[in-house]
Amino acid sequence: MRKQFIKTIESILEQDEKAVLLLGDIGVFGFRKAFESFPERVFNIGILEQSTIGLAAGLSMQGLIPIAHTIAPFLVERSIEQLKNDFCYQKLSGNFVSVGASYDYAALGCTHHCPGDVGMLKNIPGMEIVLPGAAEEFDKLFRQAYANEKPTYFRLSEKQNSKNYDVEFGKAKVIKRGKLATIIAVGTMLELAMVATEGLDVTILYYTAVAPFDKKTLLENSDSSKILLCEPYYAGALLPEILETMSSKPISIESIGVPNRMLTNYGTACEHDESIGFTYKNIRGKLLKLIKQ
Amino acid sequence: MKSPLKKLKQIIVRASAKSGEGHIPSAFSVLDILWVLYDKILQIDPKNPRADDRDSFILSKGHASLALYAVLAEKWFFPLSELENFGKFGSILGGHPDRNKVPGVEASTGSLGHGFPIGAGVALGLKIKKLSNKVFVLVGDGECNEGTVWESALLASHHKLSNLSCIVDYNHSTDRALGMGNISKKFESFGWDACVINGHDHKEIYNALIKKTDKPKVIIANTIKGYGSKTMENNPAWHHKSPSPEEFDVLMEELF
Repeated sequence: MRKQFIKTIESILEQDEKAVLLLGDIGVFGFRKAFESFPERVFNIGILEQSTIGLAAGLSMQGLIPIAHTIAPFLVERSIEQLKNDFCYQKLSGNFVSVGASYDYAALGCTHHCPGDVGMLKNIPGMEIVLPGAAEEFDKLFRQAYANEKPTYFRLSEKQNSKNYDVEFGKAKVIKRGKLATIIAVGTMLELAMVATEGLDVTILYYTAVAPFDKKTLLENSDSSKILLCEPYYAGALLPEILETMSSKPISIESIGVPNRMLTNYGTACEHDESIGFTYKNIRGKLLKLIKQ
Repeated sequence: MKSPLKKLKQIIVRASAKSGEGHIPSAFSVLDILWVLYDKILQIDPKNPRADDRDSFILSKGHASLALYAVLAEKWFFPLSELENFGKFGSILGGHPDRNKVPGVEASTGSLGHGFPIGAGVALGLKIKKLSNKVFVLVGDGECNEGTVWESALLASHHKLSNLSCIVDYNHSTDRALGMGNISKKFESFGWDACVINGHDHKEIYNALIKKTDKPKVIIANTIKGYGSKTMENNPAWHHKSPSPEEFDVLMEELF
């Protein structure tokens, strides 16, 4: 996804003179061609994330389209007030692209983990949140949304689904239809959901945007009233949207996501997946339990 | 000698008294600076306050909003009568300014340390667009406690934002918490041109604002919090307080 990110942004910098890239001393080598080609619009702004977001707001006031990029905890948690006040409150346009989703930087410890990004950003009215599940999906989603005059967060992940889908910004994709339950798979959770549900007559809805949330697709594909929510960040961020969407009928919900605690182990992201239950077996078990209810 | 801004101070006190809100001493601290900016310096058209070729002023210490509102109204950005609604539920004029409600307000500030980075971004944006307009940001000395002020000072100097000026309203309000010492030297060490003035002397303010430099410029404006009211001058009890009817009469009488 990171390689695609560089490729996409290089192309947009070439096509759109309003695009300005701000790097938080991350990805500088990868963007070396962009630095050479567009020195007036590509900046390694330094390790000062709060001011980078404020500066990006100023660029936006000038009609430019800022694209700020660094590691998730610094882009979101460090700068949360700037994202709220400088962008969402002021109704300015901007793009914030993170790497290091959840515990991608597992061995670096909790300071570099960020499973809380989506939940935090969801609490800021007006912020769009996009989670591509594969590289080419990032390209499609970014091109559709980067100039839409709203603040938009793109969450890049080291983990990827094996297949790219023809995704559309703000619209969920129906991967398959079934009668027993509906699985909502967000971003990179799709791969796990697909394998875990093999042979089961269930619906799988693939969400690449958490905000705006596509209520219509859920409403039209949830006749079973049994919903399994699979999220790659702290569990439950989408529950309010699901409850609001399904408010007219009784439903059963199971949820799989990162548990709300500090993940103080190191190792690899795969080891963290195992330890928190991001496994085919666990997802299938939860789904079967839900179906039997 | 009577200050030409006595009328604006009366408007500010009246708006605060009516609403039960407002930071009057902070407004009085910056009022002379804002008046010189809008009267003599800024290229802004009140009829088209978002014109592409305008200068920008950002009140980073947004709690001094009453001063900005009084000056903007006096300069015809909106009717003076709007001040009568200050702080009311449906008013365009709140305790901190909102760029999406108030004509002439460039940035919605309030939480300290936000306006300066935004101003640096506006200045960088103008440079990218090869426009020669100027950006002025006003911060308080208390606000200079915020790390983003110094991050922005670094950014502006590194990117040679000579179109950016920062005015520090140095009324020593933060001395009781975290004294800022020699702010001028601090900015100079960050690569800025610096000058120190009397922030209530219009000639000194004007001369400092028009001084050309090839670096970003900071103006350390020595000011008095509550300037223009002997009751309020340097009196922390008045920081966020609106006058009672009795106090209102005293203030209106003594203002200069």
